[in-house]
Amino acid sequence: MGQVNFTDVSKRFTLRVDHVVHHVHALDRVNFSVADGEIVALIGPSGCGKTTALRVAMGLDPSTSGRVTVDGHEVHGCGHDRGMVFQHAELLPWLSALQNVMFGLEMKGMRGGELRDTAERYLDLVGLKDSQNRRPHQLSGGMKQRVGIARALAIDPSVLLMDEPFGALDAQTRESLQAELLDIHARTGKTILFVTHDLDEAVLIADRIVVMKQGRVEEIMTVPLARPRGDLGIVRGTAEFAETRYKVWKALHDGAVVAH
Amino acid sequence: MADIVDKNTDTTAEPRERRPLPRWAITTISVACLLIFWEIFGRDINPVFGSYPTALAVAFWEFLLSGELAGALADSLRSFVLGYLLAIVVGIPIGLILGRFRTAEAAFGIYITAGYAMPLVALVPLLMLWLGLGFTVKVSVVFLMALFPICINTWLGVTAVPKTLIEVGKSFVAPDIVILRRIVLPATLPYIMAGIRLAVGRAVVAMVIAEFFTTISGLGAVIINSANNFDTATMFVPIIILMVMAIGLNSLIGFVERKVAPWQAEIAGRDRE
Repeated sequence: MGQVNFTDVSKRFTLRVDHVVHHVHALDRVNFSVADGEIVALIGPSGCGKTTALRVAMGLDPSTSGRVTVDGHEVHGCGHDRGMVFQHAELLPWLSALQNVMFGLEMKGMRGGELRDTAERYLDLVGLKDSQNRRPHQLSGGMKQRVGIARALAIDPSVLLMDEPFGALDAQTRESLQAELLDIHARTGKTILFVTHDLDEAVLIADRIVVMKQGRVEEIMTVPLARPRGDLGIVRGTAEFAETRYKVWKALHDGAVVAH
Repeated sequence: MADIVDKNTDTTAEPRERRPLPRWAITTISVACLLIFWEIFGRDINPVFGSYPTALAVAFWEFLLSGELAGALADSLRSFVLGYLLAIVVGIPIGLILGRFRTAEAAFGIYITAGYAMPLVALVPLLMLWLGLGFTVKVSVVFLMALFPICINTWLGVTAVPKTLIEVGKSFVAPDIVILRRIVLPATLPYIMAGIRLAVGRAVVAMVIAEFFTTISGLGAVIINSANNFDTATMFVPIIILMVMAIGLNSLIGFVERKVAPWQAEIAGRDRE
């Protein structure tokens, strides 16, 4: 299970800039859904509300109106049914990689030998078994984010929520992590909702792309690429990739999709 | 072939890295220079107005042999240690709560800020009325002086904890108390340790003040009595002891800090020294 539904979700807040009160519609009647096992990308220019939508789904921010449900249960605050991967990994600097993964599990109530075994298994899944005793500052940016992914996956959530998880990484690391994410998805079948501002990333990874602008859903597109996608380098060379990328680009720039 | 090998070993040995002087050596040189300077110029001063290292050493030795020193030191340390430890035990939780909970901060924050600036010396006579002249009043003066820097630093540290780290706790459904203990407390440790360090100096001053004002006892009494007898060399002995004690405590705290928060030194890149 792992189905997410956004129903008329709005989020407003007031912002005071130089004594002038602005009413900001961070989210304006957002509707979309993520099916079980699906990967959906939220894309849009900065300030379009994509991160706010993710935070509302996680329960870190409340919505002003509307509702988000995960497997039919309305979201009120955080829960173990959702695992969050933060933009800059946000590992606890005083804990080792393994202890960081264990932290999430402990919060779920796991204790004893099972705790360590599970954490080790998930670190192995992201390829960091040999670095489990390193502290975050001894890990590279890509490794930190792997630990972040392992920490979120370890609690076995029905949905993985990712906030621009590869945005702060260099191009090569990003590409290898994208491939690994698809690999992890193939193995675990997790539902994934992720935020990105990278067109290529959205098309390469997602099954569907939700294009957002000024707090509204502008367009929802299906990516016509089969799974498993295999070598992402080859996928980049296909006509479907180029076409979908162009459509998303169009939607981001003027909202009009060229007819074919 | 042998030539090449020789050359290779030579070239690797060639750029000999000049090792910088270790910290302790620089400190020792600094202290030695100060002592020599003081010894040379201190001898020209009338012994009532000043003293010099060798005279201090003699005074220290005589004082030590008379057994007075050990008694005075033990007397002072008892109230110092108890007051200081109490300040740590009480100050940290108060700081954590003030930093973490808005209501607590709004309700009690001003007292802590005001208390930090409170001229405690002026309150000692009042404390004596309440608590008498003995051990209790000395402990409470030390406690009150040390409490506020620890408390304020902890409070400040909590407000500087990155919001995202707290959100990590929230997103894994950690209860407030667990977030406080397992995220806020470790993230605040460097600030807490800085507060504990600042408190050493204030606690030493508080201890001497308390000994001046209340029952004349401990190292404070030695200072007062020798000053009254114009025995300047003996007067300096407890002063120097207190300064050395503060330095010792400071490095002890630094050692403890590296033990309880090793990641901090590593992140700051100071772990190689």
